[in-house]
Amino acid sequence: MLVTRKTGFLQKGYMIEVFKGLFITMKHFFFSKKVTIQFPEERREYSNRFRGLHYIKAVNGVENCTACMLCPTVCPAECIHIVAGERDDKEKYPVKFEIDVLRCCFCGMCEEACPKDAIKLSNIYEMSIRERRVYDKDFLVEQRGSK
Amino acid sequence: MSEMSWTLIKFGLVLVGLLQVVPIMLWVERRGSALMQNRLGPNRIGPLGLFHAICDTVKFIFKEDPIPSHVDRFYYLLAPIVCVIPAFMTFAVIPFASSITIDGQVINFQVADLNVGILYIFAIASLGVYGIMMAGWASNNKYALLGSVRSSAQMISYEISMALSIVGILMIYSSVKLGDIARLQGETLVQLGSVAIPKWGIFVQPLGLIIFTTAAFAETNRLPFDLPEGESEIVAGYHLEYGSMKFALFMMAEYLNMTVASAVISTLFFGGWQLLPGMQFALDALAFDGMNREWARIAFEVMSFTIKVAFFMWVFVWVRWTLPRFRYDQLMSLGWKGMLPLSLLNIVITAGLIALGVI
Repeated sequence: MLVTRKTGFLQKGYMIEVFKGLFITMKHFFFSKKVTIQFPEERREYSNRFRGLHYIKAVNGVENCTACMLCPTVCPAECIHIVAGERDDKEKYPVKFEIDVLRCCFCGMCEEACPKDAIKLSNIYEMSIRERRVYDKDFLVEQRGSK
Repeated sequence: MSEMSWTLIKFGLVLVGLLQVVPIMLWVERRGSALMQNRLGPNRIGPLGLFHAICDTVKFIFKEDPIPSHVDRFYYLLAPIVCVIPAFMTFAVIPFASSITIDGQVINFQVADLNVGILYIFAIASLGVYGIMMAGWASNNKYALLGSVRSSAQMISYEISMALSIVGILMIYSSVKLGDIARLQGETLVQLGSVAIPKWGIFVQPLGLIIFTTAAFAETNRLPFDLPEGESEIVAGYHLEYGSMKFALFMMAEYLNMTVASAVISTLFFGGWQLLPGMQFALDALAFDGMNREWARIAFEVMSFTIKVAFFMWVFVWVRWTLPRFRYDQLMSLGWKGMLPLSLLNIVITAGLIALGVI
């Protein structure tokens, strides 16, 4: 579409408009509030629904998980690997619970699917690592969030 | 001391001073742009982030320096040198203080007081385009070539109005020697009560100042005339194929050209080393006597020259982060249809005023 803008004589002469623009940038330079968050010292406030690093909820040091295999079934990235076992009191529990976090897409469907409120996503988002790492059960049962 | 040793001292001072400008301007550019865009910019290393420039330099030096296989090696390696050397050379004729007499020997604070003065600056500054052209051609890359072709067209168009815009100044001061021009600007133009308006270029040639400044922006390839680089259009323009220290040389050349342009603007239009308003009072208040007084005067003159240059450097940064890039045809029509007639008009008006005896 052809847009015609009304430009007066003064606008065509550039100079006045240029000086107006220069004053606008100077106004920002001195007076505007800066939006930068200085990361390691200041942090952005995320809501509790933020989906970060996983953890398995444990009560009295025993994980809630009963190895029902709902989370590896629902997982679209197929990053959860569980090997089920049997405790002495005949209760089913995960012998191995591994999350390949490099495959994980943090959709949170495992959290939704879990009937035992075992797998949870915490608020932690600093997960950069130098080498490929699979999070095992010992790592995951550390209580990283308050969900 | 002999003439030669004084020249060497001045040469060393200017060279070292110019090399300091580049890292400082890098910092100013990054911090200034950040603050204008409501950000904070680099503020981690050193006070206010001043040492980021040192880290940048170290990074440039230690980066891998590959030479692409498709380039013309000789011209590819020559181009950054051809760019950066004229940028250093032009500062030679700029006076940064008046003269001082030591044991009957007059010392001008100017590396070389050439009798061609400002013409030397134009002659050397226009050599810079060869470096850009060489870089674009040798890179064997269409974007680089486009950038350098644009650059040469732009430089030639704006050099004309740049040279014509200072003809008025040359007519008024009747000299092309920058030392003479700076000295003559100390005269009083009009006396308004107790305030004396000096005969600075800005008061006698306001139109010339505007045209010269605009052309200087175009000559140094800075926004709003940065078509040779034009990141959003032609990637990075002529220095697209360069990395590491070779790219740093191009950047150095850009900032040095800015410095020279600012120095020329302040010498021609803002009195050069003439003291800023109020500095004369400060100098009198210090009440030195004899040789100390002379040296204090020189120090104040160098200071006021530096302040003027620093202000125009800031204007370069300020304008860069305010105005968007011109379209190529608009650039050309502004240069040929706007600035060239205006600079000719300026000459005619100045000549008329001189003939009438007004200036």
